[in-house]
Amino acid sequence: MPFENLSDRLKMSMRRITGKGRLTEEDIEKMMREVRLSLLEADVNFKVVKSFTKELKEKSLDEKILKGLNPGQQVIKIVHEQLKELMGEAEPLVFSNDLTSIMLVGLQGAGKTTNIGKLANYLRKKENKKPLLVACDIYRPAAIEQLKTIGKKLDIEVFERGTNKPSDTVKKAMEYARVNGYDLVMIDTAGRLHIDELLMDELVEIKKVANPNEILLTVDAMTGQDAVNVAEAFNNKLNITGCILTKLDGDTRGGAALSIRKVTGVPIKFSGVGEKLDEIEIFHGDRLASRILGMGDVVSLVEKVTEHIDEDEASNIMEKMMSGSYNYNDMLKQFKMMKKMGSFSSILGMLPGMGNIKKALGQVDDSQFKLVEVIIGSMTKEERKTPKLINGSSKRRKRIARGSGRKMSEVNKLIESLQTQSKMFKSMSGMDPAKMNMNNLSGMMNNQKTKNRGKGRNKRRW
Amino acid sequence: MGLFDFLKNKKINKKYEVGMKKTREGVFNNLKNLLSKHNRINDELFDEIEELFIISDIGVDTVVEFVEELRNDKRVQCLATAEELNPIIVDKMFELYLKGEIVNSNLIKNKDGLSVYLFVGVNGVGKTTTIAKVAKKLIDQNKKVLLAAADTFRAGAVEQLKVWADRIGCEVVAKEEGSDPSSVVFEALKKAKEENYDYLLCDTAGRLQNKVNLMKELEKIKKIIGKEVENAPHDTLLVIDATTGQNGLSQAKVFMESTEVSGVVLTKLDGTAKGGIVLAIRNKLGIPIKFVGLGEKIDDLEHFDIEQYIYGLFSDLI
Repeated sequence: MPFENLSDRLKMSMRRITGKGRLTEEDIEKMMREVRLSLLEADVNFKVVKSFTKELKEKSLDEKILKGLNPGQQVIKIVHEQLKELMGEAEPLVFSNDLTSIMLVGLQGAGKTTNIGKLANYLRKKENKKPLLVACDIYRPAAIEQLKTIGKKLDIEVFERGTNKPSDTVKKAMEYARVNGYDLVMIDTAGRLHIDELLMDELVEIKKVANPNEILLTVDAMTGQDAVNVAEAFNNKLNITGCILTKLDGDTRGGAALSIRKVTGVPIKFSGVGEKLDEIEIFHGDRLASRILGMGDVVSLVEKVTEHIDEDEASNIMEKMMSGSYNYNDMLKQFKMMKKMGSFSSILGMLPGMGNIKKALGQVDDSQFKLVEVIIGSMTKEERKTPKLINGSSKRRKRIARGSGRKMSEVNKLIESLQTQSKMFKSMSGMDPAKMNMNNLSGMMNNQKTKNRGKGRNKRRW
Repeated sequence: MGLFDFLKNKKINKKYEVGMKKTREGVFNNLKNLLSKHNRINDELFDEIEELFIISDIGVDTVVEFVEELRNDKRVQCLATAEELNPIIVDKMFELYLKGEIVNSNLIKNKDGLSVYLFVGVNGVGKTTTIAKVAKKLIDQNKKVLLAAADTFRAGAVEQLKVWADRIGCEVVAKEEGSDPSSVVFEALKKAKEENYDYLLCDTAGRLQNKVNLMKELEKIKKIIGKEVENAPHDTLLVIDATTGQNGLSQAKVFMESTEVSGVVLTKLDGTAKGGIVLAIRNKLGIPIKFVGLGEKIDDLEHFDIEQYIYGLFSDLI
């Protein structure tokens, strides 16, 4: 893939433009094409892209941007904000006072069965619910077996009536739940094509019996242009109340979520972020906006870091990232933190500019940590603190390469990736530090703060 | 006679046509409408053609290149009306896929004995179902087929393959959930060799391509197969869901690096998704498509045939 993200794309097209002092409408047009291609590459539906770029163009023609110092960055900022606005805020689930029922629907292989287990587990923990799982996938071989296995792992009861008619099973399950003191019924349904009339009618019947508080469409985050058709069809038939975006721990940019939100108006409520049964979280639209643009997900990274790592250290790094004084010591620390956290690959995607490291090191895995460690290990203390020293000196680079026993090109690539990272951090926080992202970041951080009250020193900044 | 005319006269497999009806109704009616809507061939038309290909999830890069080539094609520059573009677009689609080669969708067979096929892919694309379908095809040819249930991770996966094996009447080597997938494959290889099986089909757990450790596990499985049977696996098939968007290309790239994917199976083509990303996969990485899945029934699997596929996409034009 030639471009990692929108920022790269715009840089390329701006290269031809900069130096002119003033942008023409034609320049803007070129930038719009880059925005358009970038969104399409992220699987945003083409219709959504079309209306999006139209609006964007109008905003971009604003005098201030045309004359501004860095129009590329400004366009990214507008795109980012517009995407965030489109994604909207996460909306909570609706519960009944007595018995709540939630139905999961979707295409084959989207991840319904796994996510019903995850969600039940999550609601039991966070909302103190007592869930009952209902197995209604009577078509796929061993689907009921799969749900039962998940139920056993979580110690949650599974209600099944074999291959009986699903709506009958649900009816019995509701009665069973009432009698046995359950307050949450979660219905797993068979995967089906949205154009399969017969099976879609089956869902309508289940809905009638269960009268669910929530009907959640489970959507694979890797879905392409067809996502809109699927969501519209399910919504028209069932009036879905939300979506679960699954497999978001992959390297997909996840633009399908944006399309669904825009076209159906239905909010994305949860995202599945791993194969383990606790890997589900509340969906964050603003983070997906960054991800669609390929800018990484700094906020999620920081949250993950603070969850696993000493908060003081994390806050220092965060501060450095944002202030732009990020250096090799920080990079090394960051790597060590990630190492501690284990699942390196899921974190890579969150880091802006990591694409370069990926390229530099080829297939990244834990053993490649050593390479970075070795190269940085061959720098002097001064060099680690002040990356500039190396930037301007091929002598120093040569020495580092020799000292670490690595190739010059590897050293150069590491240097390059540090620069990319710090630039990205700066652009994310510093587009307009007074108003923009910091607001949003501080909102995020406040949550964090109340969770960990009493620890750490740098709270006030956040 | 150009390919376009050839297609006009070609007899088309019924199942393909029914399976792809929805697909076709979506995009290519639009292409027909689009071309008849425009009188002139101009930038606006090319932009709309570009869009139309993007709707079918053909990789953005590939589409941009394709349209650029179309725009610069000498034949196109001589045309007077937009509708005359039809045959040229169809021809160019063929070129894009064939690249001047003869592309064979048959599985590679080991003439000296056991043929081993490895099925890989991300989660939920339909690997297990596809294996059952391929096995059924081979059994119908009176071959002795063994399955290896090496998806020991997902709850119910082993069970699912066993149910299929029962239905189609073949043996399956399985261990309990959570056991080492390599050891399942190893045992299956041993059994297949000792008992003179013709084919061994290995299921694997779905894995997202950015999970390095899981990709390593796959490499290990592949190595074991190669050690036990020379030149095996004879085919490594990447299963891709037709609803997959641009990420399909990344899937193909990474899976190819770790397991030398030799073919693609495109599943769930009976929906409204077009699965166009496989054209980008062929274009960028050279991997051909071997099968398409056209439904949930055991017989709903067909050899991929580029003529039928393109016919399916374009038949309203022809």
